[in-house]
Amino acid sequence: MIVWESWRVGDRAGQATVVLSLLFLILGGAFFKAQVLDGAEFRVRSAGSRLRSIPLLAPRGEIFDRNGLLIAENVPGYSIRLLAAKEDSLRVILARLDTFLPADSLNADRVVARWREAPYRPVLVFASSEFAVVSRLEEHRAALPGLVIQAEPSRRYPDSSVVAHLVGYVGEVSARELEANSFPGAVQGEVVGKNGLEVEYDSLLRGQTGVRYVEVTRTGHTVRDRGVAGSVRPRAGASIRTTIDLPLQRFVDSMWRDAMPEKRGALIAMTPQGEILAYLSFPSYDPNAFVGGIDFPTFNQLNTDPNRPLFDRVIQATYPPASPWKLATAAMGLKRGLVTMDTRMRTPCTGGYQFGSRYFRCWKRDGGHGSLTLAGAIATSCDVYFYQLGLMIDEDAILEGGAEMGFGEKSGIDLGREKASGYPTARSYIRRSGGTSWSRGELLNLAIGQGRNVQTLVGMTSFYAALATDGIRRAPFLVRRPAGAKEWNLGLTTEQLDGLKTAMADVVNLGTAAASGGRELKVAGKTGTGQFPPQEDLGWFIGYAPADDPKIVIGIVVEEGIHGSTVAPYVVQAIGKFLGQPVRGARVAVTEDTTVRIGDSLSVVPLAIPPDTGQRGPRR
Amino acid sequence: MSKGLDRSLLIVVVLLATFGVLILYSAEQIDAPIKASGIWTRQLVWLSVGIVAAAITYRTSFRILDWAAPWIYGLSLMLLVLTIVGFGSGGTGTASSTSSWLTIGGVRLGQPVELAKLATILMLARWLTARREAPTTLKGLMPPIGIALLPALLVLKQPDLGSAMVFAGILFVMLFWAGVAPSLMLLAVSPVISLFLAWSTTLWSIWMVILFVLLLVIRPFIVESILVFLANSAMGVMAFVIWNRLGDRGRDRITSFLDPEADRLTTGYQAVQSKMAIGSGGWFGSGFTQGPLKRTGLIPEHWTDFVFSVVGEELGFVGVVVALGLFFAFLLILVRIARRASDPYASLVVFGLVGLVLTHLFENIGMTISLMPITGIPLPFFSYGGSFLLALFLGLGLAFRAAAEGRAASYVD
Repeated sequence: MIVWESWRVGDRAGQATVVLSLLFLILGGAFFKAQVLDGAEFRVRSAGSRLRSIPLLAPRGEIFDRNGLLIAENVPGYSIRLLAAKEDSLRVILARLDTFLPADSLNADRVVARWREAPYRPVLVFASSEFAVVSRLEEHRAALPGLVIQAEPSRRYPDSSVVAHLVGYVGEVSARELEANSFPGAVQGEVVGKNGLEVEYDSLLRGQTGVRYVEVTRTGHTVRDRGVAGSVRPRAGASIRTTIDLPLQRFVDSMWRDAMPEKRGALIAMTPQGEILAYLSFPSYDPNAFVGGIDFPTFNQLNTDPNRPLFDRVIQATYPPASPWKLATAAMGLKRGLVTMDTRMRTPCTGGYQFGSRYFRCWKRDGGHGSLTLAGAIATSCDVYFYQLGLMIDEDAILEGGAEMGFGEKSGIDLGREKASGYPTARSYIRRSGGTSWSRGELLNLAIGQGRNVQTLVGMTSFYAALATDGIRRAPFLVRRPAGAKEWNLGLTTEQLDGLKTAMADVVNLGTAAASGGRELKVAGKTGTGQFPPQEDLGWFIGYAPADDPKIVIGIVVEEGIHGSTVAPYVVQAIGKFLGQPVRGARVAVTEDTTVRIGDSLSVVPLAIPPDTGQRGPRR
Repeated sequence: MSKGLDRSLLIVVVLLATFGVLILYSAEQIDAPIKASGIWTRQLVWLSVGIVAAAITYRTSFRILDWAAPWIYGLSLMLLVLTIVGFGSGGTGTASSTSSWLTIGGVRLGQPVELAKLATILMLARWLTARREAPTTLKGLMPPIGIALLPALLVLKQPDLGSAMVFAGILFVMLFWAGVAPSLMLLAVSPVISLFLAWSTTLWSIWMVILFVLLLVIRPFIVESILVFLANSAMGVMAFVIWNRLGDRGRDRITSFLDPEADRLTTGYQAVQSKMAIGSGGWFGSGFTQGPLKRTGLIPEHWTDFVFSVVGEELGFVGVVVALGLFFAFLLILVRIARRASDPYASLVVFGLVGLVLTHLFENIGMTISLMPITGIPLPFFSYGGSFLLALFLGLGLAFRAAAEGRAASYVD
């Protein structure tokens, strides 16, 4: 058998060796490529396929008042999350979780919806749980694969509703916010500011979320909780100190509740330099309810409440400015050199003013105020004087004057949700509804704070702060004045400004009936009463104290059933609280004045002036 | 026959077996609850059974095997038929949906295919040594092809694509060792090549030109030439018919082999996970028993079909090279034994073992790194499982005997 000759077998063995060597080289080469050349990439993929990242939330920075008192703090809490591979298994685990925690309401659908957004991340089930809940779950850990419990600080506002509109609240970042990148650096499941200071200063307060990796088996159990590389510790957020005076804030709150429970309105107090001391909107709500996810019934109730507790009446509501506006008109007249503090108008006040075919009333119907200087008109809040001043200023200047002083804009406060005030910017805005021609009658309305002019409380108060200081209107602030915030020079000389201040101070002595007399505290300011159909009257007070050396500027607006004069005593009390003086008596200018007609909306739309009927006489 | 076992073979076998058991020990060290407990101790039991079996075949004369080959072959075919006609049940792992296990009365007795592989080696050796010369015509190749094709068709019926491939591997390796010209073998398999190239008309056309040239150069009988050419043409046409008849399972296997990433969650999942585990091992691996993907249960069948992924993940390229080196040495030693065997029958049987081990090894390790399609055939010395280990050790006993006989007859050593 020639094929089995030794040399032929040896040949074939040699060939076989070559083939074997080639095959092993192919195998070895494939492994070399995968392990050595592509090893790094496969290591990343391997990690990705078995590791799940769990965010480690950083404690938010605390929020203090100007005295170092806590407005927002962190309390220990536990978050409960689940890792699940499939929706079915998630539902099974949630059902089990529910049986272990019969007391807590668990919205499985909501959790599942959240899970769908990022199936490879642990889904949040409870954001802030107590230790008792956690220990119960730990007992049943074996039956709850994928359970991740973490100690996570949770937000608390010790003063609750007292600081609600001011501080806002926090909540889990929403999918939409993530998509819009409203919170740069935020990851799913992270807690971000949702309102008030919390959202405004979120980038400072939030800190940096850390991350922890857990290994997950094919069956969804987490293993080797510790020691997995790559964890990043969270970095706590920075604390901020606000300008708020918490004792004053609390005092105003309790005062309002005692004196005017059920009343809607707002109060803001600031230093003449614009540091906000008190900031309240009524009715209020408990911001703590929002932390860790508000439950639906509570949210629904807050949203459907006709008093709209979530509505911030300091910066979001716009009201007809009524009598406090007269100082703006006076400033326009003074700036343009049309009047001095001693200028008298041609027509003395006899309780009303005839203009064209219409008769515009003064608030003092019987007899009127007679002949007044500007100082006297300010003191008595005489409408007739300001009607004529408005006519003197005339159309273009009255539009321009409002814009110059910033009355069509936001005050610039460091709260992003502020609404701009509304002031006509072109003649067309003040044309009579239905008519096509400019009616000079509208000038009369604008001069006394009527017409298409709606102002926020914060805006009006900052105007008074400017009057109380150097005549430059600056953005008020809770933490710091925003960089690049606008300021508006009222354009008054020092003499004019002093004249206005004197007139304001004189109000205390010369003005009509003071609801609370006294000598200790002189409060300069203006009251106003706006009509607010179909609701009852709208009461304003804006002023500062002490009248000769302003230390606090305060603005208050009450939506219903309150006369401007009624709110004065509360203002006095609040000022006294801040100044630390026992207020036994104070003189406050509480001047009765005209009403303002506006639309039935809480805030925005002023009622258009009714067309001239051709009738003479009082409108009411 | 001289006393004593072939020392180099013994050393390599001991090293490979130890390596394999250690990896199975590691395979058990996992964090996920997976049915892999106690496997390494059970594998030790199987190893001792295997050693006893090897001792028996070591003492069996090749003359007796030569004589008994048809009977053993016939018996193994019968057992294969039994698995098809209702005494078969699913295996584990990649082959779980087949009926490769001979099961009588609910008791799983073993996988007859592993016996059939040995029996086919014995039978082929018998047929190839019964003639003075190696076949030189296609007609002469028909009987040995038939011997391998019969059990291959039966296991395809189970269906077990991997094992069918092993029969092909054994056949061609043994034909080569028996002195059949490679060009003749190429002609014999040319219709199969046509079948695989038919998906691309261009490639297939090129192949047909090459084939034509080959026929001119090799110059077989005219009739055979025409038959080969016709068969190739027919296969090119029939490819689509066969593809359509392949069934979803077979098609999935092939498509997921071609592009494992395309279908990560089902058929491609195993290939992707395995390659990821191996790749992540880098130079030195994550450390013995420390493989993170293995620990989390993310390597499929990591103690049977994909046991080599554990080697790759935990011991890295260095560990892989050591394992491949041992296998390479093992095969070279078998080749040496076959070369020095004292008679052609023993030589062919040992070389048949080379074909058996090589096919298993290349297919199994190749599939862990996506060189080969995924089939459920075990890796010698590493994969957990009794039947194959037993067959392997029966063969090893023969190799030791052939080595001893060859040494006794040799003038050189």
